[in-house]
Amino acid sequence: FSPVGKMFRAVVRLSTSGVRSLARIRPCYSAPLASRCYSHAKVETDEEFDARWVTYFSKPDIDAWELKKGMNTLIGYDLVPEAKILDSALRACRRLNDLASAIRILEAVKDKSGPHKDIYPYLIQELQPTLIELGISTPEDLGMDKL
Amino acid sequence: MLHLTTGRVGCLLSKQAVVALTSSGARMSSHGHHEVSDSVDMSQPMYWDRLDTPLPDRPWKDVLDSTDKSLKQKEKGPWTALSKEEKIALYRLKFNHTYPEMKRPSHEWKTVIGGMFIFFGITGLVVFWQCHYVYPPQPHTFGEEWQAKQIQRMLDMRINPIEGFSAQWDYKNKQWK
Repeated sequence: FSPVGKMFRAVVRLSTSGVRSLARIRPCYSAPLASRCYSHAKVETDEEFDARWVTYFSKPDIDAWELKKGMNTLIGYDLVPEAKILDSALRACRRLNDLASAIRILEAVKDKSGPHKDIYPYLIQELQPTLIELGISTPEDLGMDKL
Repeated sequence: MLHLTTGRVGCLLSKQAVVALTSSGARMSSHGHHEVSDSVDMSQPMYWDRLDTPLPDRPWKDVLDSTDKSLKQKEKGPWTALSKEEKIALYRLKFNHTYPEMKRPSHEWKTVIGGMFIFFGITGLVVFWQCHYVYPPQPHTFGEEWQAKQIQRMLDMRINPIEGFSAQWDYKNKQWK
């Protein structure tokens, strides 16, 4: 597992300016970065960012619009969301009885990883318990990852 | 010539965009037909396939028939009870293209390159005709004899003798270095 972690450090960098939440293995990696100041405004740490999004999707009576808005905004950021945020989003899909959106979210995350082909398998691995529990098939299971 | 090419490509692109956006436009009853409708009701939520917008404003198929409705009912129960085909059907109800389908390569580049070369060719013909019919006769100073005399005079005047013209001429052996 350790060499994979090292690989992530080098590879999983989507932007150079203030790395936000990444699909990372070693949380301690982000601590020195979080203290870097670009202005005198308070910089949100990766953990705060993740927590904020997990809370957003965890709203028990979340509606379809909020799910859409949240997902589209999240995908608009220059990062691949952490597994816990995705887990929260998938559970929101379950509350909304929306399997199609759950599969779409997985597709979007795979696309978001871009050239870093190892992020998506890692996320699926992390989400496996949730996927099994909720009965969400991945696009690969359904043969939808091919044209 | 370039702006003509982009205009031509722009026509193609806008036509494709119109087809994509209006195929399930305001007057759609189901997603079946992909003709270009006369006007899109922009006040209604629209569907679009975009890589950066995974969940569009409305589902692909708005009007559900009875099989779709019963499938939607089944979706409210545990998803482990759904078969693969049902899951795919649910996805296709909500979305038009999958991500790989959105990202599929098109053959548009061939049209673009082909159009470019056609316009280069037409330009070439126009230039050729112009050379033949439009240009006036060449000045007499371009003739072979005049040019030879001109060069000899430049060498006699020692034009740029250090690093330039005359520096290339070997005065002793009366030839170019």
